[in-house]
Amino acid sequence: MSETLNIPKGATGNSRKMLTAMVGIGLMCALLIVLTYEGTKPIIADNKAEALEQAIFKVLPGTATTAAYAWNGENFVPAEEQEAGDGQRVYAGFSESGTLTGFALPAVGQGYAGNIRVLYGYDPEQEAVVGFYVLESKETPGLGDKIEKDPAFLANFEELSVPLNAAGDALKQEIRYVKSGEKQNPWEVDGITGATISSRAVSDALRESTAEWVPKLYQAKNQFQPQTQSDE
Amino acid sequence: MNKPSEKTGFFAGLEEHPSADTFLRGLWKDNPVFVQVLGMCPVLAVTNTAENALAMGLATAFVLLMSNVLVSSLRRFIPKQVRIASYILIIATFVTITDYAIMAISVELHKSLGAFISLIVVNCLILSRAEAFASKNTIGRSVLDALGMGVGFTFALLCLGVVREVLGNGSIFGLALFPDTFQEWIVMILPAGGFFTLAIWLLLFNIINQKRAAT
Repeated sequence: MSETLNIPKGATGNSRKMLTAMVGIGLMCALLIVLTYEGTKPIIADNKAEALEQAIFKVLPGTATTAAYAWNGENFVPAEEQEAGDGQRVYAGFSESGTLTGFALPAVGQGYAGNIRVLYGYDPEQEAVVGFYVLESKETPGLGDKIEKDPAFLANFEELSVPLNAAGDALKQEIRYVKSGEKQNPWEVDGITGATISSRAVSDALRESTAEWVPKLYQAKNQFQPQTQSDE
Repeated sequence: MNKPSEKTGFFAGLEEHPSADTFLRGLWKDNPVFVQVLGMCPVLAVTNTAENALAMGLATAFVLLMSNVLVSSLRRFIPKQVRIASYILIIATFVTITDYAIMAISVELHKSLGAFISLIVVNCLILSRAEAFASKNTIGRSVLDALGMGVGFTFALLCLGVVREVLGNGSIFGLALFPDTFQEWIVMILPAGGFFTLAIWLLLFNIINQKRAAT
């Protein structure tokens, strides 16, 4: 390279000049960032909401409209989709005619490289998980990310049975992870060879989430009505 | 701006023109990836598909261009003692802006580039251009330099991305190339494949440059 680094020798500037320069640049940069943030914020929020809605349509076949709900400890109450709450969100899906198609729930599992966030659909009529979509994962491309693509694995979630027990307060049979090709019962998840940790993480995330939420949702399923007036 | 054609630019003649030389230096003679071997972290990590490589290259080129412009225009104002801190501040600002912009363009793309957008901050290519070029040259020449280096970097990333996606995924820019019977070389989209591909490109580049030097 023809340009070599010339490290200046001997401090000539005084500290006030340095301070002015740093503060000046800092302020200018802060202004630029604030402007960009404010400018892109509504677009980003829209994009994220749309991505989530698309995911809900994927996991709940036949859905035309969706509504967000939050659990307040006793009941499911309508929630604003935009606000970022820490509590569990439940998205109810409705068909064109306004009948409940099921619920979409986010769940988190510890994968091979960080958290795997998934969305799954639960249909109270079939008492089964009917759809599954990976919202966010950092799994290894080609190996762990098969949880998003592997058709045999995804087929697990087309009808994964999660029936309630007689009392209706817990699952009769929790979701169970089995090695690839060993699935015998409708509540078992067939793993992926070469992506054991990732597929097990998905299975565990669904097991925990369904065990907690499916009984609550099943009991409350008649409370969900399509929101006729949309206040967007 | 009179941007010389990339094809003819590989040959002598144009290089005698000083501003064309500044531009071409980054594109070929001092290509940031194949000659200077700078900024290897994104080169190896996000070139698993052609689309990721292109997005990463353009994002880096944008940050490089904007920071070169700002560093060059502020070069008399920034005291020598705090210049590196100032450069990093400027670079970090544009990286943040790029991050928001990519999120606004496509959530999917942001998902696949992940942490590597933020890591442009520490890409030594950008800091080295700020220090070695923009802080000593006029805005116009700094823009040319940034464009040359940026295009050169994007070109190099694409070279890797295309090879890795075709072999590792059987597709190019997401379009399937082969019938289903094609057995993907999964190793190519894993980090190891990045090293293999980079090594082969470096080898090719060195052979070409040696041939050119010999004639």
